Amino acid sequence: MIHQFKNNGFNIVLDVNSGSVHVVDDLVYEAVALLDQGKDEESVCRELSGTYAPDLVREALAECAELREAGLLFSEDIYRDAVFDFKARKTVVKALCLHIAHDCNLACRYCFAEEGEYHGRRALMSFEVGKKALDFLIANSGSRRNLEVDFFGGEPLMNWQVVKDLVRYGREQEKLHDKRFRFTLTTNGTLVNDEIMDFCNREMANVVMSMDGRREVNDRMRPFRGGKGVGSYDVIVPKFQEFARRRGELDYYVRGTFTHYNLDFSQDVLHYADLGFTKLSMEPVVAPPEAPYAIREEDVPQICAEYDRLAQEMIRREKEGRGFTFFHFMLDLSGGPCVYKRLSGCGSGTEYLAVTPWGDLYPCHQFVGNEQFLLGNVDEGIVREDIVGEFKQCNVYAKPKCRDCFARFYCSGGCAANSWNFHGKITDAYDIGCELERKRIECAIMIKAALAADNEGKEVESNEQE
Amino acid sequence: MKHIKTLNTLQTLKKGGCGECQTSCS
Repeated sequence: MIHQFKNNGFNIVLDVNSGSVHVVDDLVYEAVALLDQGKDEESVCRELSGTYAPDLVREALAECAELREAGLLFSEDIYRDAVFDFKARKTVVKALCLHIAHDCNLACRYCFAEEGEYHGRRALMSFEVGKKALDFLIANSGSRRNLEVDFFGGEPLMNWQVVKDLVRYGREQEKLHDKRFRFTLTTNGTLVNDEIMDFCNREMANVVMSMDGRREVNDRMRPFRGGKGVGSYDVIVPKFQEFARRRGELDYYVRGTFTHYNLDFSQDVLHYADLGFTKLSMEPVVAPPEAPYAIREEDVPQICAEYDRLAQEMIRREKEGRGFTFFHFMLDLSGGPCVYKRLSGCGSGTEYLAVTPWGDLYPCHQFVGNEQFLLGNVDEGIVREDIVGEFKQCNVYAKPKCRDCFARFYCSGGCAANSWNFHGKITDAYDIGCELERKRIECAIMIKAALAADNEGKEVESNEQE
Repeated sequence: MKHIKTLNTLQTLKKGGCGECQTSCS
């Protein structure tokens, strides 16, 4: 399977099954399209010789043949059986999302948790429940050594003492069970102080700092709860700037959500960068179609154009020595994940589970509260193996929309929760999400091509000077 | 090659699948 696209002056050919990315001239771009239609070399030669010199066409076709021979062009999909065998294996739990606080001091309009109200059931996780969750993770992690625990909410800092106590407990258990915990925290930033920053910089492998970009954008969607709609921007920006500065080389992300209200979201990403942040994420809201801020099908062309603008600006800033990382454009062409990982998805419902403040287990943080997906609890463990079995079979070959999609090795089949929310089953795919993911992958590949061309240019220049 | 520049040099089938990678959402 071949995917071809042009972006920012580059002709790009992606050989889907090998993951090979080829930057090609116009001649090869046209030749590959004809070969992909099933035409033989002679026909392609005849067809293109009107436009290009016949010798050049033969030369280009010889290069294509060489790549085909090496398994880097028109390669076959040889993974289907291997992935089903892989998914049939006994899985272990390797990550938990602890809903440490079902309470929040903000009332974000798009919150999973009904603007922080949690359908009237606000709660904080006790140390006892959290301890049982970590014990459950250790007991169900098999021989896997690296375990992940995310402190999530609500706002985790509203239950800060329990966060600290659980980290301490986890560190004690590491030595006893030969495990290593990777703790992470997601926060709205309002309660951050020196003590919290210092603790996180010692113990948290990643901190996600939630804000939505420009002041007016952030404050429209992220006001304080019960505070007459007062926005959070002026409170959180100085705290996040200090937090990011103190984290130094440690991982963090400033992460926002864009909605129908700010389809010019590249301006919000660049606003983060202008505030001095370098690890950035800005993700499309997923909301019921009737929500006024929901992304609509007619918004997609504008969003795609915005991703193009962002990609071009990222290249420009990278060349100027003030580059930044954008989560959705991260692409590792040389050492990325193995094919099993790419095709088997995020692990929700099998390797990754969410835990409510009272200890119930769900397939992931987006399923919390949907009783149909209640898997068990930290006392009894998993009691609905049938649901786990459904998630286990969730891979790109089980999803009709993914089978012929060029992005399947990059997106891994999309989000089960989005599929459920829009189609009532976990083996479908959220269509707007798919369109945006495909665009992001094209942009990410183009950025690689542009930076490779820039490096090549520098090498040529330096050789000429020698 | 004159016409094609390949940026990377998946058929990880043999050695992959250890499961020690991070969850996602050598």
